[in-house]
Amino acid sequence: MKKLKRIFDKITHGVLFTSSMVTSVTVLLVIVFLFKEGIGLFNQTAVENHVVVVVNSANSVHELTSKQVKDIFNQDITNWKEVGGQDLEITTRSIDDLAGQFTEEELGTDMVNLPTLIDQYISDNPGVIAYFPDTYLKKDFRSKKIPLAKISVKEFISGVEWYPTSQPAAVYGAWPLILGTLWVSLGAILLALPIGLITALYMAEVAGQRLRNMLKPVVELLSGIPSVVYGFFGLVVLVPLIQRLFKLDVGETALAGSIILAIMSLPTIITIAEDAIRTTPRALKEASLALGASHWQTMTRVTIPYAKSGIIAAVILGIGRAVGETMAVLMVTGNASVIPHTFLEPVRTIPATIAAELGEAPFGGTHFKALFALGIILFIITFIFNMLVETVKTKKV
Amino acid sequence: MSDHKVEVKNLDLYYNDFHALKNINFTAEAKTVSAFIGPSGCGKSSLLRMFNRMNDLIDGTRFTGEVFVDGQDIYEKNIDVDGLRKNVGMVFQKPNPFPKTIFENVAYGLRVNGVKDKHFIEKKVTEAIKQAALWDEVKDKLKKSAMELSGGQQQRLCIARALAVEPALILMDEPASALDPISTGKIEDLIFELKNQYSIIIVTHNLQQAGRISDFTAFFYMGELVEWNKTKTIFTNPTDIRTQNYITGRFG
Ligand SMILES: Nc1ncnc2c1ncn2[C@@H]1O[C@H](COP(=O)(O)OP(=O)(O)O)[C@@H](O)[C@H]1O
Ligand SMILES: [Mg+2]
Repeated sequence: MKKLKRIFDKITHGVLFTSSMVTSVTVLLVIVFLFKEGIGLFNQTAVENHVVVVVNSANSVHELTSKQVKDIFNQDITNWKEVGGQDLEITTRSIDDLAGQFTEEELGTDMVNLPTLIDQYISDNPGVIAYFPDTYLKKDFRSKKIPLAKISVKEFISGVEWYPTSQPAAVYGAWPLILGTLWVSLGAILLALPIGLITALYMAEVAGQRLRNMLKPVVELLSGIPSVVYGFFGLVVLVPLIQRLFKLDVGETALAGSIILAIMSLPTIITIAEDAIRTTPRALKEASLALGASHWQTMTRVTIPYAKSGIIAAVILGIGRAVGETMAVLMVTGNASVIPHTFLEPVRTIPATIAAELGEAPFGGTHFKALFALGIILFIITFIFNMLVETVKTKKV
Repeated sequence: MSDHKVEVKNLDLYYNDFHALKNINFTAEAKTVSAFIGPSGCGKSSLLRMFNRMNDLIDGTRFTGEVFVDGQDIYEKNIDVDGLRKNVGMVFQKPNPFPKTIFENVAYGLRVNGVKDKHFIEKKVTEAIKQAALWDEVKDKLKKSAMELSGGQQQRLCIARALAVEPALILMDEPASALDPISTGKIEDLIFELKNQYSIIIVTHNLQQAGRISDFTAFFYMGELVEWNKTKTIFTNPTDIRTQNYITGRFG
């Protein structure tokens, strides 16, 4: 009998050990995968594989950044002197433009003549810049390949433009997305902290047993609602409301995202904060009341300070969870990757960007990797959130 | 009006259906120490907590009868409960300092009662800590957390905290029961000192302690106030057989 028990103990121990090991290893693998894909972004250029950017050999410009290339092809830059070259009008040519300039006869079967034609065309036009697959690059071409600078971490983080599909060079500046994420989260904290705290205080300190028994399941029910439903609610109710209230052109704003995020994080905040408030010893509250303090004074001077670290942890945890939330925020923030200046502008968050673009990013391409790099940033943000929780949790008076 | 500090008339207290105090009649005079003794569970704390309306905080308490402090019916409709509690200080069984600095613990009562004057607060805090015989031990660390003090020091801090708001009446619920003999001695000396200025009601299960420090003693048994009288009389010549049995150590 005793022996059987010992064997059973050993088996349970083994199962627990194995499952915890498997879990840890899986989590680690996911993180390793995230970093491997994301960091891969930084040793390549923003031009798609096998595409070359070419100018006339007499052009004095030797290198361009992805952003400059994008601006040139967008006609935002129209003269070479703006990027440090001669005073010369820029002519842009995509592969389609180039191919379209020639008749089918000239091109020959399977466009065998295209490399020669392109080379000829570029040599004849000093102001031209063109991009095309490197298979159309003539063996001994006379024009000049423009090497694009590799994407740098600094550029990726501090870049203010996010044009992942612009041709020939994508621009990956995550700063607006980082700011969008932080803005929406900050707004959510500002909204959720007072509401969550007041509700938690009410439930823990004021409401009677009966009312609490009714409120608690309602709050917990909130956390069971799928985020798409929140998003839909936001889109149908909140967005038009904000639009009308602030007389905006579009109601999809950072504010809408913050409100939805706040609502979504409230259950976590209320539940954890209420538990924290409940840990305040009865003896301390009685001591306060016995000195002539009112209930309100007792709450603000004894209960809240005592539960402070728990309350902060609740808020950070609630928001931290919601920050990673994609669908709801994606639906209501308008998804404009511009740097927000007020809460009434459309913004775009990191998770929303990943969700929206991952489907159309070619597997393994730079866009794909850029999204993973965004994932790393999100991971770091939430990691910092969690570190904050740990530090406030362990800090006691 | 009466000149009694505390007067209880025909008091019955219930915790839901449990009849905790049965027809209590009791008075305490100003500037005396009254001791409540009796086996645990007999209702001493329950009665003490009637005097500053601490039982209001417990769901399901009901009572009939009247309680007067300084001639005022403290359960009257329009009574200012916070004001009453400022006037009636309480020291609890277990030391319960706030997780704040030593200074802020003692200043707390003044602050919540609206005192803003910094110098006045400083003066009162110093006085109260001195009165509680704690000054020499903490004067250099007033800004330190009260949680760093020993149990006995914490309890004296709690007494200082109660004294700082200058209550007319101080309630003590077994203030020394969680302390070592030396700390207990200090607290008893302190109570002896305070008697000159304050009215004190103290719950204790320690008969010697009651005999040493109190002027009057009330013996409780199963929710009844069996008898109360001058301490000397209770200890030498009790009328009720139950009192006699208790003080001679035959039960409890
Ligand atoms: N909050 C409460 N709810 C229910 N019963 C209580 C409560 N507090 C005390 N009692 C009961 O009332 C009786 C008297 O308690 P108490 O006044 O604490 O006794 P003592 O202080 O003399 O030990 C005990 O039987 C106790 O179980
Ligand atoms: Mg008791």
